[in-house]
Amino acid sequence: MQTIISPLLVSHRLSLAPSVPRLLNNHHRAPPSIRLSSHRSTNSLRLFSSAAAAAASASRDSEMATEDVQDPRIAKIASSIRVIPDFPKPGIMFQDITTLLLDTEAFKDTIALFVERYKDKDISVVAGVEARGFIFGPPIALAIGAKFVPMRKPKKLPGKVISEEYSLEYGTDKIEMHVGAVEPGERAIIIDDLIATGGTLAAAIRLLERVGVKIVECACVIELPELKGKDKLGETPLFVLVSSA
Amino acid sequence: MSGNKEEEDPRINGIKTKIRVVPDFPKKGIMFQDITTVLLDPKAFKDTIDLFVERYRDKNISVVAGIEARGFIFGPPIALAIGAKFVPLRKPKKLPGETIFEEYELEYGNDRLEMHIGAVEAGDRALVVDDLIATGGTLCAAINLLERVGEEVVECACVIELPELKGRQRLKGKPLCMLVEYR
Repeated sequence: MQTIISPLLVSHRLSLAPSVPRLLNNHHRAPPSIRLSSHRSTNSLRLFSSAAAAAASASRDSEMATEDVQDPRIAKIASSIRVIPDFPKPGIMFQDITTLLLDTEAFKDTIALFVERYKDKDISVVAGVEARGFIFGPPIALAIGAKFVPMRKPKKLPGKVISEEYSLEYGTDKIEMHVGAVEPGERAIIIDDLIATGGTLAAAIRLLERVGVKIVECACVIELPELKGKDKLGETPLFVLVSSA
Repeated sequence: MSGNKEEEDPRINGIKTKIRVVPDFPKKGIMFQDITTVLLDPKAFKDTIDLFVERYRDKNISVVAGIEARGFIFGPPIALAIGAKFVPLRKPKKLPGETIFEEYELEYGNDRLEMHIGAVEAGDRALVVDDLIATGGTLCAAINLLERVGEEVVECACVIELPELKGRQRLKGKPLCMLVEYR
């Protein structure tokens, strides 16, 4: 599967200045750490730091021999994401997309990249995972003329629901969808801001498949490839804009 | 302007008929206004957003603040269309960075709404968006948060109003724009 998706052929290496979103006290902020994704089975618009690209080019010449295909909008999107160390607990580098939402160009470009990918794929359902999937899903749905289906934590949806359980580090959680929101045979994409372990997305896939929907792809702004979330998605492809390790 | 229903626009009725009323949710006696059925109709959803965008595009709004979680569905499309930033206002402990909070009353007890510090710049003109206004408590907390950091809250925008709960009076004098009333 291709990992590089872009109509533009660009051979320069992108140097990522850790640009500071016009934000606040940054004593909690580390520059976004983004390196070359080694997971070739994820479709992504990769972002390179110059050091990583140099290292990669030395070790994987044949893959880097062709032009690095890189949509120029990706750099701005990636640099607008704020990394917050030790949230929600020590050791976790939290990928904060709220700063992306404050950058009107970056937010617009993020949506445009997904819309360009899906608009001619006959998608009738955009399913968004609560709550950050609610921010990215609806603009995509509106632009491609699809329904938006919120997938929610238990007890939030007022009507009759179907649920799917999934594992957490400790214990389990559930994701729910309204009965009748989708019909068998519909083609769907599932949106969330980020894929980590893939547990939530896998549950969302199972939920939609149970009612006969075909999931064309899962789409996230960010992937944490080291957590191998892609492996939980079975046959469903994953598309991300930024791979962050 | 003390509140303004989009009158006579033919799109309004199409939106209204798509809202599903679920009795006794989350508890007996409440007629819950379910907007998920509006989202299943691409035309009704688009019309909803278009009505707000038409109203706000020339009003120099630089911030759209959306209240978790259903405000996250309507706020971002409006923000994108009018070129404003989107600021999520969230339940406690969800936002990872430094935050400020505003407490507000529930029927039993209190809850809090949080916003990231530095999300907005003093002097921005802001809109607050949610799917529905009931008592107005959450919207009032949102207005307070934005004003504390120097924003000018221009208006609150909701798809649905429950006028009998008089939430409109709790908005610190800010106008309310809604599309559909439920009595």
